[in-house]
Amino acid sequence: MQIEGPNGAGKTSLLRIISGFARPDEGNVLFNNQNIAEDYDNFAQSLLFIGHRTGVNLQLTAYENVQHWLGVHGYGCTEDEIYSLLGKLGLVGLEDVPARTLSAGQQRRVALVRLWLNQAKLWILDEPFTALDKRGVAMLQGRFQEHLDSGGSILLTTHQDLTNSFSSLQTLVLEYRH
Amino acid sequence: MQVSNSYWTLFCNVYRKDVTLAFRQRAEIVNPLLFFLIVITLFPLAIGPEPALLARMAPGIIWVAALLSTMLGLDKIFRDDYMDGSLEQLIASPYPLSLAVLAKVAAHWTTAGLPMVVMAPVFALLMNLEPQALGATVLTLLIGTPLLSFIGAIGAGLTVGLQKGGILMSLLVLPLYIPVLIFATSAIDTSIMSLAYSGQLAILGAMLAVAFVAAPIAISSALRVSVS
Repeated sequence: MQIEGPNGAGKTSLLRIISGFARPDEGNVLFNNQNIAEDYDNFAQSLLFIGHRTGVNLQLTAYENVQHWLGVHGYGCTEDEIYSLLGKLGLVGLEDVPARTLSAGQQRRVALVRLWLNQAKLWILDEPFTALDKRGVAMLQGRFQEHLDSGGSILLTTHQDLTNSFSSLQTLVLEYRH
Repeated sequence: MQVSNSYWTLFCNVYRKDVTLAFRQRAEIVNPLLFFLIVITLFPLAIGPEPALLARMAPGIIWVAALLSTMLGLDKIFRDDYMDGSLEQLIASPYPLSLAVLAKVAAHWTTAGLPMVVMAPVFALLMNLEPQALGATVLTLLIGTPLLSFIGAIGAGLTVGLQKGGILMSLLVLPLYIPVLIFATSAIDTSIMSLAYSGQLAILGAMLAVAFVAAPIAISSALRVSVS
């Protein structure tokens, strides 16, 4: 599902409420008919969230960032798998330099490696295409299709039109109100 | 890729990240220690280098300096993670946030508290502290500095979302340090008189035990409020 709307319409706020970072003023967020506020850790097992602030530490290297994220989310992965994935995302030779020396698009790619390394059913992505080049955007959409084919769902905000056609795409348009 | 559900892995990962970062920016470890040293050298200059007077004031000065230099690093404990979004990733992990918080506090203590415990005998000599009080000084710091990290992290968690949270955090946290200060300096004073100070140590230990259990829960609630 794609969430659209002008700046300030509340796209990010909506995603943060659905992810459980912010409490809604009214109502509840249900996942599998279960209020996420009641059993958040259970919900978190099915959730992958990548926000504006991607959680890439600029002092650590790309490899260390991925490694740390895997550890925090309970996924185990061999060194080779991480390196080959970083290579696939166009970060060959940049795996072991501090992330602050990478460009904005490359830093974004370090964060997006997680999309290949998780078993979450629900992906919540806030502006995932920011700073990515055309090839990156295409690769990301390819990954989206794989995830959808394996029965997952994606909730994302973006100002760009998706270039791939997703058969199950739904669009929610938020209006800006004062 | 396999899923390994282990609390220990999470703890190690969070701990390793913070300690690695501290060693990569070595000023983070060295600066609080230098601050500790400078505060301690200022006192003899200000009140006069009379050995008896210094020895009398040493426990208080060492502990106040320890409090203040702990405050220096506290601000950073959650700030970077908040700014770059790592904190959200910790919250959105399937593990309890309080466990990650415990690891972060442990890392803070390793890089801020432990060096002070190690350097304490040197600083005690600078202050002409009685030799029989050395053991008490090191022991109170050993039990007291993790306590300072726990209490301070609650304040850091509450103020991490604020633009200039540093001063507010000091105002929140320093009054809470008073009980630690009282029992720690009282233990050192007692040891100078060659009396048993196990009572004060036991109280410090009890406070640490309570903080170990309760503080991570308080800190994670504070962080959830700051992030939302």
